[in-house]
Amino acid sequence: MAQSKNFGFGEDETMLRDSAARFFADNCGPEKIHSQVADNPDIHRPIESKWDKGLWQQIVELGWTSVCVPEAAGGIGMPVVAAVALAEEAGKAAFPSPLIATFNATFAVRECQSEAATGLLGEIAQGTAATLAITDARGSWETTDTDVEAADGKLNGTAYYVQDAQKADVLVVSARTADGVALYRVDANAEGVDMQADGIIDLTRDQARITFSNASGELLDAAGAEALARAWPAMLCITAADMVGSGEWLLQTTTEYAQTRVQFDRPIGFFQAIKHPLVNVMLAIDAAKSLTYNAACAADEEPDTALNLARMAKSAASDMAVFSSSRAVQFHGGIGFTWECFVHLFFKRQMHNHVLYGDGKYQRAKLAEDYIGEAA
Amino acid sequence: MSDQAKDTPDQAEFRAYCKEWLASNHPGQPPVHIPQGALELSDPDALAWLQRWQKSAYDAGLVGADYPVESGGGGRTGCQAIANQEMQRAKTPFLPNIIGLGMAAPTVQFHAREEVARELLPRLLSGEDIWCQGFSEPGAGSDLANQQTFAEKDGDSWVINGHKVWTSLAHFAEWMILLCRTSKEDKYNGLSYFVVPIKSALGKGVTVRPLIKMTGETGFNEVIFEDLVVEDKYRLDEVGAGWKVAMTTLAHERGAGPLTTPSAGGMVNEKEKGPSIGNAAALIQLARNSYRNGATAADDGAIRDQIMQLMIRQEGFRQNQRRIGTQALNSHPMRLPLQFKLVATEMNQDIAQLAYEIQGAASSLYVNDDNAAAGGQWQLAYMNSFGVTIAAGANEVQRNILGERVLGLPKTK
Repeated sequence: MAQSKNFGFGEDETMLRDSAARFFADNCGPEKIHSQVADNPDIHRPIESKWDKGLWQQIVELGWTSVCVPEAAGGIGMPVVAAVALAEEAGKAAFPSPLIATFNATFAVRECQSEAATGLLGEIAQGTAATLAITDARGSWETTDTDVEAADGKLNGTAYYVQDAQKADVLVVSARTADGVALYRVDANAEGVDMQADGIIDLTRDQARITFSNASGELLDAAGAEALARAWPAMLCITAADMVGSGEWLLQTTTEYAQTRVQFDRPIGFFQAIKHPLVNVMLAIDAAKSLTYNAACAADEEPDTALNLARMAKSAASDMAVFSSSRAVQFHGGIGFTWECFVHLFFKRQMHNHVLYGDGKYQRAKLAEDYIGEAA
Repeated sequence: MSDQAKDTPDQAEFRAYCKEWLASNHPGQPPVHIPQGALELSDPDALAWLQRWQKSAYDAGLVGADYPVESGGGGRTGCQAIANQEMQRAKTPFLPNIIGLGMAAPTVQFHAREEVARELLPRLLSGEDIWCQGFSEPGAGSDLANQQTFAEKDGDSWVINGHKVWTSLAHFAEWMILLCRTSKEDKYNGLSYFVVPIKSALGKGVTVRPLIKMTGETGFNEVIFEDLVVEDKYRLDEVGAGWKVAMTTLAHERGAGPLTTPSAGGMVNEKEKGPSIGNAAALIQLARNSYRNGATAADDGAIRDQIMQLMIRQEGFRQNQRRIGTQALNSHPMRLPLQFKLVATEMNQDIAQLAYEIQGAASSLYVNDDNAAAGGQWQLAYMNSFGVTIAAGANEVQRNILGERVLGLPKTK
């Protein structure tokens, strides 16, 4: 089956993306975000989730959380490429918000077969922020692994590495049952939910480990691992798109610096030791971007190949994330190594995203199992 | 298929015609060994067989479809791409006059006097006259404008002296497109552009000597001009406009010019036991059948990772080509097009290099050893891959072009 023309990225998606770019340019340039999230450089600073709830409210009013909610559940029902374009813009702005986490939860919940799932999707479309609590203590990215157990609608155990947990209203939790791994809805402020925020490097998000002690969960789907697996390609695309956006900011900002910073009587961008690696960063961004839009289109249209294509996109984007951020710091020289330079915001976001849901080496090991077969 | 869905009525009609013609006019398997590409041609019998194929495709209107009728073309619009797709699909042999079609023809069409275009283009398009390109010199490689070959005006003629190198197909060529100097006063504005005879001038001011590649193959040459006399009508555009004309040549070489280059290909030589070079998937097969360090290469974790890296790069390249057509996903119109030569040639080099590594101790075997995997074609491909990372603007120059034209960094020259 051939994919839609232009990856399914049409006029509506272009308008949405352009309005997002304007929104971020008007409301949260890097100066503003830096003053908000990087006000305290102390290495032993208290763990806090810093974000602008007013901007999030505006995003909800613009309808971004309803983009990937099906029309039948009260959303707009746009393709995955639309959410990918929004994630790319959010990455370009290093925007702190529960938007990415909510997209990922949306993809998982819309694979669930229940009235509870449809109800939750409707709430998300109205602005309820959600996040996935699906990772175990060992950082496994297998959808069948979880340290939470469920019986009779009560959850016990701990979920780790939960993204933007402190911003979320609702947790979508994977829990082992007598029949497999199910997905449950648990309200973030429900009784028996204990959230312990992680002290993390990335300043533009928060993360937590969440312990459930007889917490009440509403069953979204008994076959939760399978639902998550179906959502996985879109989730990988969203994370890859965030990195593509941050990579582009790093490329453009470092290019501007190389045009203006003068050493040896010339802008340093004249020298091929700077020029050529910057071109290499551009090549890495472009391959990752094309792979991401291709995989996002496949997530909607080609379910059989979507996972492999999304793994390719995540692998390319993760490697690019490390490369683009390391070159940005290096080519900014001494100033790039300081807290006052905005580059570290994006460096840290890239390093966080590159490992999330599996880094490049992990994705390639999984691809090799499929394309070459298990190694002897 | 998607490319057919977009056809105009004229294109659809032409496509149907091409399909019909190709169904009964494919030349079949060649009686002689045909190399991987036109630039590796050294056997006159192989060339003659390919020239007969190009002539038949030309006579049928599949080559030169978009050129004006006066130049020997088909006078159509947007139809060469259709013919190319159908020749590819029909797995025909490649067209041997590759430099003529890809570089000389559009340059002659846009810059030569009408009488010269009428004289030269029909036999170029038909493949009867093979063409070569005289740009590179011992002192003018990446710095192409540093031309030393000199044309001196003598009445209605020019007298040419100089030394060209890396000249593919010169040993078969009737004509050459020649960039040279007509003034020593100005580096760029002192350049002029000519078409000059080769075969008919051998021993009369032209010497062609083969250069042997690191692989042991021939295919390109050095060409020496000693008082070659050329009529003024064979000058393209104005005296001093050579650099501008050369840009037309290079734009078409990169596939970025207004005329689509006729191209065929896709035929797999049945006698050939080599792999499809440039295909990362073929690495998997090779790894399954190769031992390295005493174990199957396909079980080696580092090799598995690298094969997947190259598969991902190959898919990324394919999706970049697709994204070019999506205007909303391109921030700068030349950002992706200017990457292709660089990305494709380095990717193919790395694929061949990994194939070399996969074979472990057996990678030492070459094409002259019957025990070499795939007939030693991967090792040959690896060495040959440097031809294209160096030629047509070394990849270091491509990085300058991207850094300057797309990113806007200060110019190197």
